[in-house]
Amino acid sequence: MIRSRKELTKAVLIVSPSIAAITVFVYGFILWSLRTSVSAWEGIRPNYTFVGLRNYARLFRSSRFQIDLWNTAYFTVFFIAVCIVFGFLLAYLINKQIRGEGFFRTVYMFPMALSFIVTGVLWRWVLNPTAGVNVLLAGLGLPSSWGWYTDTTRIGGFHLALISIIAAASWQFIGYTMAIYLAGLRSIPEQLLESARMDGANEFTIIRRIILPMLRPITLSAMIVLGHISLKIFDLVMAMTGRGPAFATDFPGVFMFETTFRGNRYGEGAAISTVMLLMVAVVIVPYLAYTFRKEHS
Amino acid sequence: MRKRHLILCMVIAVLMIMPAAVFAGGRAERPAANELEIFSWWTAGGEAEGLQALIDIYNERYPEVNVINATVAGGAGAQAKAVLASRMQGGNPPDSFQVHAGQGIIATWVVEDFMEPVTFILEDNGWMDDYPADVIDIISYQGEIYSIPVNIHRSNVMWYNRSLFADNGLEPPASMAEFFQVAEQLRARGITPLAVGGTDGWEQTHLLESVLLAELGAEAYRGLWTGATAWNGTRAKAALESFLRVMEYTNPDRAALTNIDAAQYVAEGRAAMTVMGDWVHGYYLSIGHTPNEEYGWVPFPGTAGNFLMLSDTFGLPKDVPNPQNVERWLTLIASREGQDAFNPIKGSIPARTDADRSLYDAYLLSAMDDFGRDTIVPSVAHGAAASESWVTRINDVVNILVNNRNVDQAANEFQSLAQQYAR
Repeated sequence: MIRSRKELTKAVLIVSPSIAAITVFVYGFILWSLRTSVSAWEGIRPNYTFVGLRNYARLFRSSRFQIDLWNTAYFTVFFIAVCIVFGFLLAYLINKQIRGEGFFRTVYMFPMALSFIVTGVLWRWVLNPTAGVNVLLAGLGLPSSWGWYTDTTRIGGFHLALISIIAAASWQFIGYTMAIYLAGLRSIPEQLLESARMDGANEFTIIRRIILPMLRPITLSAMIVLGHISLKIFDLVMAMTGRGPAFATDFPGVFMFETTFRGNRYGEGAAISTVMLLMVAVVIVPYLAYTFRKEHS
Repeated sequence: MRKRHLILCMVIAVLMIMPAAVFAGGRAERPAANELEIFSWWTAGGEAEGLQALIDIYNERYPEVNVINATVAGGAGAQAKAVLASRMQGGNPPDSFQVHAGQGIIATWVVEDFMEPVTFILEDNGWMDDYPADVIDIISYQGEIYSIPVNIHRSNVMWYNRSLFADNGLEPPASMAEFFQVAEQLRARGITPLAVGGTDGWEQTHLLESVLLAELGAEAYRGLWTGATAWNGTRAKAALESFLRVMEYTNPDRAALTNIDAAQYVAEGRAAMTVMGDWVHGYYLSIGHTPNEEYGWVPFPGTAGNFLMLSDTFGLPKDVPNPQNVERWLTLIASREGQDAFNPIKGSIPARTDADRSLYDAYLLSAMDDFGRDTIVPSVAHGAAASESWVTRINDVVNILVNNRNVDQAANEFQSLAQQYAR
């Protein structure tokens, strides 16, 4: 693709500022965080005295962090599952060439245009136990004493309050999942589906045997994108519930913010962000390696 | 065409680098213009108006100084504290900043050598005796005063809905035993006895400090913060049990409410009582209620004679360009004139004991009377008694305690925190 030395120089010149910026502002600060996470820094003045893995040990012993990890695991699984299932269903419906497709597409995509802060404030009111959807339920004569995000019930490590966060986050990202599935569906050649129908396959078999296997790469990238959002979740929770009763809606991001900027415990805060980075890396790095290999084969 | 693309890419690259320039520029020295920058989280309502009243007096006295009112909104000061920390770390301190009295300034700023002592402001003006000795004690570190309290708030106040109490033939409780009796009767009548918030993480700690004070008394309560009282001792554990018992009479939707929402429950008659600082008085006034008509107040049961104090203070950071401007500011807020200009508007009482009583309303006068004669003890939920590091971890333990109700576990965690932080 690069044809001459001159073009190569030009290409390097063009990308070099962003490489420099990324080196400093992404990787430089990652290294700085790593260093802080093994330091004794507590208080305003930086203190880089090496303390080994003490901050990490404290972290994994603290009950709050253990709850956070469980919350992250449950939230990630349910958030991805809900988005993928409903995203696919919506895309499938819209792809049926229904009338007013553009309208529905816009409506489903619309929450994507909001920031997580807006979504958080919105759902905080929708699910407010005394003023929100409970009033509506009561009006319909349905059970209406749900605690939503104030519920402290925990079933097998799963806080019921998390359902509210999952609902809000999924509401925002189902539209996105639908959009990429829709693009995938449009790229499946119609002849293929047609010939399957001629062979007598019913709609369900077509979905299971043709559509879903062909959409597998899309499902994978949707899982990666949604997964890294859920592992880093912060703004939605901050705006909606904060840490929650008994940390029912607490996540490592919230814990990191409170530890670092409210408690001035910079060493421990950096340790939390390092753990978060590792969690995301576990998801992203294999994916990058996979796509890299595929591009080169 | 190619060339144009190249130029476009370059321009974008330069734009992307811009934040770096800002980052580097943030560390640059400020020119020593004749300015006074006051940093606070007083952005709205009476707080902002009170601050403006102080600034107006300052402008009148020193018209040559350009006063910059730098405020950061949000999170009851949490956002402002984060901004402040990065400015101080970057060597660009505001000339004077709002900070909670006690460990809020001492542990965070004084111990780490960011502040100049300001004892001379009170001494040179002969004002040492105009402040209660307990207050001087709370704002001092190693014999020097490091910040000037502009106001005083009381934490151990129980606000109650007067018509709910009258309709049910109840008197506001004066002791813990009475509290439980009253709460039981209210609950039997289907009324939530005590409204508590929970969204910001400190509301339950606020209730806990009053219960600790009621059960332990002032001396042992102070000892919790100096290491003299064991958190896992019999009395402290009994106090924690008592706190859990109080929590049984609270609203289940705590996590959805701020402290003001909880006060609103009482105003609307959805709950009978709430325990909160006296900014609640300002809130009730703002919704058109009158003290001693719609709402009444008593010290938290069992804490009469004690005044759980918190206070907003200002200090003098090291290396500010115009220390003289800051000294004039501190002198103004320490003076009777300054405190009487600020507090009636903000809805708090002055830290001085010689205020002009004609300026204050019924609640503030009663608080001033108590402040003058009570034992003054520092609040922990608002950073007077313990450092920010300690308080945030106490909040965490409380959040677990009220849900798993395991007093032994909480007492041991409190105790190990005390061993780490008490001084």
